[in-house]
Amino acid sequence: MSALFPFHGGLKTVRHKSESNTLPIESGPLPRRLTVPLRQHMGNAAKPVVQPGQPVLKGQVLGQADGYISAAVHAPSSGVVTAVDLQPVPHPSGLADLCVTLETDGEERWIDHEPLDYRRLHPSELRNVLRNAGVVGLGGAVFPSAVKLNPAGHCQRVDTLILNGAECEPWITCDDRLMRERAAEIVAGLHIMAHLLEPHEVLIGIEEDKPEAIAAMTAACAGTGYAVRAAPTRYPSGSVKQLILLLTGRETPDQGLPLDIGVQCFNVATACSIHRAINFGEPVLSRVVTVTGHVQQPRNIDVLLGTPFADLVARCGGYRDGVERLIMGGPMMGFALHRDDLPVTKATNCLLAASAAQLTPEQPALPCIRCGACVEACPANLLPQQLYWFARAREFDKARTHHLFSCIECGCCSYVCPSHIPLVQYYRYAKNEIRAREQEKEKAELARQRHQARQERLEREKQEREAKLRQKAPPRAVTETAVETGGRDG
Amino acid sequence: MVIAILALSALAGASGLLLGFAAVRFKVEGDPLVEQIDAVLPQTQCGQCGYAGCKPYAEAIAAGEAEINLCPPGGANGVAALADLLGRDPTLLNAASAVEKPKMIAVIDEQNCIGCTLCIQACPVDAIVGAAKHMHTVIARECTGCELCIAPCPVDCIHMTPIAETISTWKWACPGVTAQAAA
Repeated sequence: MSALFPFHGGLKTVRHKSESNTLPIESGPLPRRLTVPLRQHMGNAAKPVVQPGQPVLKGQVLGQADGYISAAVHAPSSGVVTAVDLQPVPHPSGLADLCVTLETDGEERWIDHEPLDYRRLHPSELRNVLRNAGVVGLGGAVFPSAVKLNPAGHCQRVDTLILNGAECEPWITCDDRLMRERAAEIVAGLHIMAHLLEPHEVLIGIEEDKPEAIAAMTAACAGTGYAVRAAPTRYPSGSVKQLILLLTGRETPDQGLPLDIGVQCFNVATACSIHRAINFGEPVLSRVVTVTGHVQQPRNIDVLLGTPFADLVARCGGYRDGVERLIMGGPMMGFALHRDDLPVTKATNCLLAASAAQLTPEQPALPCIRCGACVEACPANLLPQQLYWFARAREFDKARTHHLFSCIECGCCSYVCPSHIPLVQYYRYAKNEIRAREQEKEKAELARQRHQARQERLEREKQEREAKLRQKAPPRAVTETAVETGGRDG
Repeated sequence: MVIAILALSALAGASGLLLGFAAVRFKVEGDPLVEQIDAVLPQTQCGQCGYAGCKPYAEAIAAGEAEINLCPPGGANGVAALADLLGRDPTLLNAASAVEKPKMIAVIDEQNCIGCTLCIQACPVDAIVGAAKHMHTVIARECTGCELCIAPCPVDCIHMTPIAETISTWKWACPGVTAQAAA
């Protein structure tokens, strides 16, 4: 095993993996109603292609990919579309988004689908299949995989393909269970990715606190040339740039993509869904979700997209007493949910019911004492306190020159801050403000161009009118104008 | 003495030629300051500043004829950006000209539109489509919220509607705001 390259900062967090990783993945309930959001990925939301009242089959397209960075959305089960409207979705804002609501018929009738031989397909066709199968990164960032599988424009060729099984968030175990139980499927998906990217080497990074997963993946990779690497248990080793540094020693440039240095990284669950999409022709209809924390029996559930969170909790025996907050994602990078009837999306890797004891008590933020603990903890090598001052003072340009956009919002700085300053909140706020201002600027530029075009048009029309008038005018006037023009020319 | 005079004269002559050449060769079309100010203004072309549009206002600022705090759509951020650009003290938005409002767009009540085209003629950015005696509508993406179409409408069928917050436009709040407000 070759050497690892530790990244700067990070945290040793208290692990809560054993709560949920002892039981095998259970298949989820088939709810009577599924609410499928059309925006389950980065980029443009899918365009709805079904009408209320329309019967749909399992795997039928509900929303088509719209634009290059987008992915399709499918019916997770057969039934009838009851509505295409705004429904509350899991998002920190608590706002509603466009969703397709299905009344399931319990028959699970599949649409026609067949396996494909990926070796015979042209890479761009293969990518299109993945796009139309709704394959996106299931680690939580939900970036369309078809885009990531196209290295054109970034590098000549991909050196290293990395499969991310680090799963560094303290409570989440869905990838752990997936690697233990479906290692062969993951490797089958990895074959397809390797076929598309043709990398020199394929590495699988797994944190060393998951020995069973490491063993299962090593066994599944036997004879393939793919190397499993045990990464030290240090949050956030599962973050893309940190994992790449850890395994290859290469740093992704500021605001660059891993592809710029010839590396590409996918989550293990994504590999699994690529395998299902190509070798079975099945689009992404479900995902494994860790339901943990203060529930009767924490476990991992393979659940249909669109299932309400409350049904998952019920499958785990219900809440225990004293649940303070429901969090989607881990405690470090997740966000609090406003209610529990929201649907599972492709981004839902974990549902954490936290009791008061499991939450860090909210304490009033004290002034920054410039202790530098955040600088020590930052895995992105930033100056968190400096960014904090700039964000607070609304000096966004300076925050930007201090690489605000390299911040991965991992929360290490907030975690170690002795003054309990919600640092990550400040960075999110500053990033949002900068983006909003950029959009405003673009809009202003569009308005300026349109205004200018209008001015020019009005001027042109005025001249044309004058020219017409001159033509229509009586001969005397014409001669006068002619004399005038002649005089000016002379 | 003579050599010194000659040398300095030659140097001055050479520099003069060089500067003269540069002035012709690298001549800047238009006033770059006006362009810079215009780039900061929100381009709503609403005329709330008292000028005919953003460009005329930019020209007036550059000429020193107008204050920098007359643009309500630009808001406090806009005044700050202008102050920064021109090296002036940031002032409060001129309360007499107008108050800062949330972003709005015009919406035509299509049931009541009589197709008079007056709003189309009033729109500074051509964001209204329609033809004589046919229904008109506002292209929401291109509307700047200048309100210039409201007054000409003979049947009062145009209303300003605040832009609803969606998931893609939602922003994280500044965590310090509540604390500062309390303090």
